[in-house]
Amino acid sequence: MALAEPSRPTPEALLGEISKEGRGKLKVFLGAAPGVGKTFAMLEEADNRKRAGIDVVVGLVETHGRAETAKLLKPLEQIARRKVEYRGQMLEELDIDAVLTRKPQLAIIDELAHTNVPGSRHLKRWQDVVEILDAGIDVTTTLNVQHIESLNDVVARITGVRVQETVPDEILRRADDIEIIDLPPEELITRLKAGKVYVPGNIGRALENFFTKGNLTALRELALRTAASRVDAEMLAYMQANAVRGPWPTQERLLVCINEAGIAKTLVRAGKRMAERANIPWLVATVVTPRHEAMGDAAQRGIAEAMQLAESLGAETVTLHAESNAAEEILDLARHRNVSRIVIGRPRPRRPWHFLREPVADKLLDAATDFELTVVAGTGNREEPHPGLHVDLSINWWGVLVGAVGAAVATFVAWAALEIYPVPLASLAVIYLVGVLFVGARYGLRPALATSLVSFLSYNFFFSEPLYSFTIRQVEDVVAIFLFLIGALFTGTLAGRLRAQVQFMRASQRRTETLYDFARRIAEKTEPDDVLYAGAYHIAATLDCRSLILMPDDAGQLEQVQGYPSIEENLDARALGAARWAFERNEPAGAGTQTLPTSDWLFVPLATGKPLGVIGVQFRDPRKSLDPETKRLLLAVEDQVAVAVERTRMAGDLENLRVQAEGEKLRSALLNSLSHDLRTPLVSVIGAISSLGEPGLQSEDRRALLETALDEARRLDRYVQNLLNMTRLEYGALTPRTAAIELREVVGAARHDLERVLVRHRVRIDLDRALPRVEADPVLLTQAIANVLENAAKYSPAGSEIVISGQATAQGVALSIADEGPGIAQAEREKVFELFYRVTEGDRRPSGTGLGLAIVRGFVEAMRGTVGVKDNPAGHGAMIVITLPLANPRALPQETE
Amino acid sequence: MSSQSKPRILLIEDEAPIRRFLTIVAASAGFETEEAERGRAGVELAATTAPDVVILDLGLPDMDGKAVITAIREWSQVPILVLSVRDAENEKIAALDAGADDYVTKPFATGELMARLRALLRNRKSPDTEPSTIVAGDLQVDLARHEVTLAGEEIKLTRKEFEVLALLAKFAGRLVTHRQLLSMVWGPAHLEDAHYLRIAVAHIRDKLGDDAAEPRFIVTEPGVGYRLIAGE
Repeated sequence: MALAEPSRPTPEALLGEISKEGRGKLKVFLGAAPGVGKTFAMLEEADNRKRAGIDVVVGLVETHGRAETAKLLKPLEQIARRKVEYRGQMLEELDIDAVLTRKPQLAIIDELAHTNVPGSRHLKRWQDVVEILDAGIDVTTTLNVQHIESLNDVVARITGVRVQETVPDEILRRADDIEIIDLPPEELITRLKAGKVYVPGNIGRALENFFTKGNLTALRELALRTAASRVDAEMLAYMQANAVRGPWPTQERLLVCINEAGIAKTLVRAGKRMAERANIPWLVATVVTPRHEAMGDAAQRGIAEAMQLAESLGAETVTLHAESNAAEEILDLARHRNVSRIVIGRPRPRRPWHFLREPVADKLLDAATDFELTVVAGTGNREEPHPGLHVDLSINWWGVLVGAVGAAVATFVAWAALEIYPVPLASLAVIYLVGVLFVGARYGLRPALATSLVSFLSYNFFFSEPLYSFTIRQVEDVVAIFLFLIGALFTGTLAGRLRAQVQFMRASQRRTETLYDFARRIAEKTEPDDVLYAGAYHIAATLDCRSLILMPDDAGQLEQVQGYPSIEENLDARALGAARWAFERNEPAGAGTQTLPTSDWLFVPLATGKPLGVIGVQFRDPRKSLDPETKRLLLAVEDQVAVAVERTRMAGDLENLRVQAEGEKLRSALLNSLSHDLRTPLVSVIGAISSLGEPGLQSEDRRALLETALDEARRLDRYVQNLLNMTRLEYGALTPRTAAIELREVVGAARHDLERVLVRHRVRIDLDRALPRVEADPVLLTQAIANVLENAAKYSPAGSEIVISGQATAQGVALSIADEGPGIAQAEREKVFELFYRVTEGDRRPSGTGLGLAIVRGFVEAMRGTVGVKDNPAGHGAMIVITLPLANPRALPQETE
Repeated sequence: MSSQSKPRILLIEDEAPIRRFLTIVAASAGFETEEAERGRAGVELAATTAPDVVILDLGLPDMDGKAVITAIREWSQVPILVLSVRDAENEKIAALDAGADDYVTKPFATGELMARLRALLRNRKSPDTEPSTIVAGDLQVDLARHEVTLAGEEIKLTRKEFEVLALLAKFAGRLVTHRQLLSMVWGPAHLEDAHYLRIAVAHIRDKLGDDAAEPRFIVTEPGVGYRLIAGE
């Protein structure tokens, strides 16, 4: 047969020809879907080439009745099409011989993926193109991405429409030039609806099935990626040739599924080889199911070790969770991670008792139709005996004991039932089955199986004829009793597995809940220390281990910052080494890893990008550090802690920045104030005093000058006093020493201090002698009142009245100081108490302002009072109201009048 | 100590400009001045020259002013007037409690300083024969007969009130601290009961018709003590 077939060249061989010297060049206009404008673009280019003096002919272009295309086609020379009759229809095909005879420099041939009418020289048009290229003629053609052979499946999966006409990838790979004709999906759909795209058949259906936005987006991406991967391949070759370090972009992935300890490592190694050969990234996944939990320690460890091996070989490892359908989880992962090949172990031969359970591998074989599936056989003798449930029944005395007790209880119940009423034997069997079910649900699989066996024996011994003997006389009894055994084993298995499943789900729910809880809790923390403590505590509590968090100190040395239950006093050199490694390399180290595995601590970096520190855990059971589930949890918590630490630090930084900016503003305001407010009085002082020596000065003028100098010097003194007060306030060095104060006393003292300032104003003190005393620091209050008075004098015209009045209120005593100045606008009333609020006015403001009221507020609030601004009730002007708490009652001396 | 010669001031102050203008002012007010730049030298001068009054700056380069007070008080009752930029009331109290007789905060008006100096010297003039009656304006306090009259009318005071007023009167023009008043009138057990004193003073003021807001007789030094305005 093979001989009879004329040796048709393989595509590779044919294409190999193309690459020979003197062959024509191939250019492909690649599009995501029909209608993006490939043909149009191709013809435009042909026109340009023709204008450039190239001998261009059109081999075949379908206009599909489109006027624009026909118009572009018109000036170009067209080769007459070959007419072929097929099943009574006249069809037109590319006349390859005519093209070869005409021998232009460039042939334009549309639709590379076209299938020729049977009876043509080649089955496919791309073969015609190859022949034309071979003849030294350049060819420009068009192609839609779904026709590329390797993408055919993907496209079918995406769109649900399988394209029959395909072109081998090789032809694209060998194309000298690929031009992507890109059109956004919406636009394409618009064009389609406008009838600008030729689609055979019903356009509505086509739209529905193929031209959906989702499909088109996916196809578009595919087209772009195809073009990009060609570029990638070139770049890859270049980078490899020039020893440029990776990563080299590729899109496909290989997935190795391990679910049995026996051949897990073999699978990992095989996967590594395949991935390396294909130069693609690879994943190793294991599915944790309730059965996995029920597996023996050896089996769990085997899988954990294989996962580690995979990690050390450069694979990304994933632990999946499934209740029962592991295959579905694996396929899900594969689809999400762009996996093209799945590697699984060969399913073990089914054991008789497995008739209800289909191995994962079998399910995958059935379901993974859209993946390339590689089945790897074990090494013949498996590395370890399979430690599955059904083999490992060896010694489980607990199970046997529970079984015996269970069966004994069932026997007793059955006996009691018989005593009460002569129930049929079949009902007794049900009692035993209930016992098995109960034990299974309560104690798990093995006790259930033990109960089944003991029940079987008890039933035989106690209730089947002849009684109290294991011998069975009648054939139907034999059948019944063995049916009972099968039933009991079944029930036991089901109940046991049910229990395992429930436990597994509970555990997994608990984990989810604690993680969620932790996330919520940690989100509330605003201090890095709180976050770290919460993290250390949570890790210790969830993973049942000791935990440590180490962070670099100022010198870059790792230092324990948190620990639960406590910081480790004697962290040995190995552990410290592992911690440093984890921190410096940003990868786990210590117990259960490849680095310093003899340390009993496992360290994982605490990192969102660059490591912030490391988290250390120490398990009581060292095997636990190998457990992928544990690691996953640890990493999940670590992630959250790292993010939270970062967040709190950023918040801290922001706060610092804000404070810094504020400080900056204050500092400049202060400097401004110093130069302005210190100098202004000095100008008068120096000016006045230097004039005193002038001859011919009237004694009256002399006195006036002296008074000016003195007043200004005093002003300067008050200003300095305020600066000092402000400093005391700013540094929190203010500790009010309060006493029961009579307001009249302090008002008097303040007024006395300001005697000379107030000479131009009438000051009226309207304080009732019966006013209750207030709790205040006399010195601070005097200063505060003096500041308010000075302000009032400064802003109100000479000769106006300043009224000091007091009133008992619910909060204490309100001391009001009202002036007849311009008043303070509503919007400013809060701001006037801010330090240097008036700073924006620069030199225009009266000197010595900006501190006074801020100090008033500082002092009054330090004494638990309040201060505010109101309108002067007597008319225009402002009124500052200082409210102070009532004096604490104090024991009075006993004295007789 | 002779009452004919000019009263002599010992000025212990490290700032030369202050020494200079104080010397001038003191001379024009009829004082003679000795100067000391350092605390130790000041203590020595106080011992050797026996001044009538000491003006002491608290911030000295070699020793704290309070130590100077203590050193002088070991052997002398010479009136000491503290002159300092330290304006915190606890500083004032500490200096007064260490034995200083008055306290003037820098910067100060020279008139005020001279008045205080005179008040101090008045007490010094007849140390052994204390006048039995002290007059401040139209207020007369008869220490021997425990009588107070205001413009000739007798004012009824309780015993404690009288003791407070008598103490202020004895040191008329000088600042008397809360502690001094409390310890001398109520006894050392009541040093912290400042409100006893405050209430007593309020009563005295009421009875004298004095106004805390515009005092004629008793001036409050916030947080430190009281002073009876000395009548001329």
